[in-house]
Amino acid sequence: MSLRSPLGQALGRGAAKEGVHHWLMQRMTAVALVPLAIWLLVSLLSLPALDYATVCAWLRQDWTAVLLALFVVSAAWHSQLGVRVVIEDYVGSRGLRTVLLALVTYLHVLAAAAGVFAVLKVALGGAA
Amino acid sequence: MAARPTSPHLSVYRVHRYTLLTSGLHRISGLVLSLGLIVLVYWLMALAAGPAAYAHAAALLGLGVFKILWLALLAVFSYHLCAGLRHLVWDTGRAMERAHSRASAYLVLGASAVLFVGLALWLLGRGHAS
Repeated sequence: MSLRSPLGQALGRGAAKEGVHHWLMQRMTAVALVPLAIWLLVSLLSLPALDYATVCAWLRQDWTAVLLALFVVSAAWHSQLGVRVVIEDYVGSRGLRTVLLALVTYLHVLAAAAGVFAVLKVALGGAA
Repeated sequence: MAARPTSPHLSVYRVHRYTLLTSGLHRISGLVLSLGLIVLVYWLMALAAGPAAYAHAAALLGLGVFKILWLALLAVFSYHLCAGLRHLVWDTGRAMERAHSRASAYLVLGASAVLFVGLALWLLGRGHAS
């Protein structure tokens, strides 16, 4: 029989609620990405050409810019949640795992920020 | 830190089992799509930087190696979409019995193959990836 209190045994064994949040956000972004990803793929395949002028004209349409920005944010979020699980499952070393998780998080925030910036710059007419 | 098992335990499960195949493909296709997101952001940043930068990026992305990458991205997108929808059905508590799970595994493999062929024919028919 352990002399440690039930609370003392439970502390540090993993936080309650955190996992549910990860699970829920993975599903929320997944459901959003179903129509967004299909829309993006169909839109790109439907463009008559992928030259600079055509793509700019496409991106300057209001709803294109809104939906593409939402896609980039949702995809980066969903991707971060997924890559995180793979690293947590397969990288055994605690130090390396922590560094990789931090790097992956920074990279996804960078991708989301750059993607939204690029969409806004083109859509709002910053690029010639 | 408690010694915890990895999920799935790579050396215990038999690879030819449809459960491990579909689960593994879902993870691998997700990782490849993450790389696709980086390519998309690179392409958008080049677009935002102006015509010269865009022409440079378009020339790079139009190379032969990338044409294979576009097809690979269509394949993993098709699979990840279909397998993801299967996961969302599971989240409602439905179709988790072995017979349903086995049937939906083959349904996902078949549907994603059909979707991929359709998308690939569309891409190759347009031929504007260059």
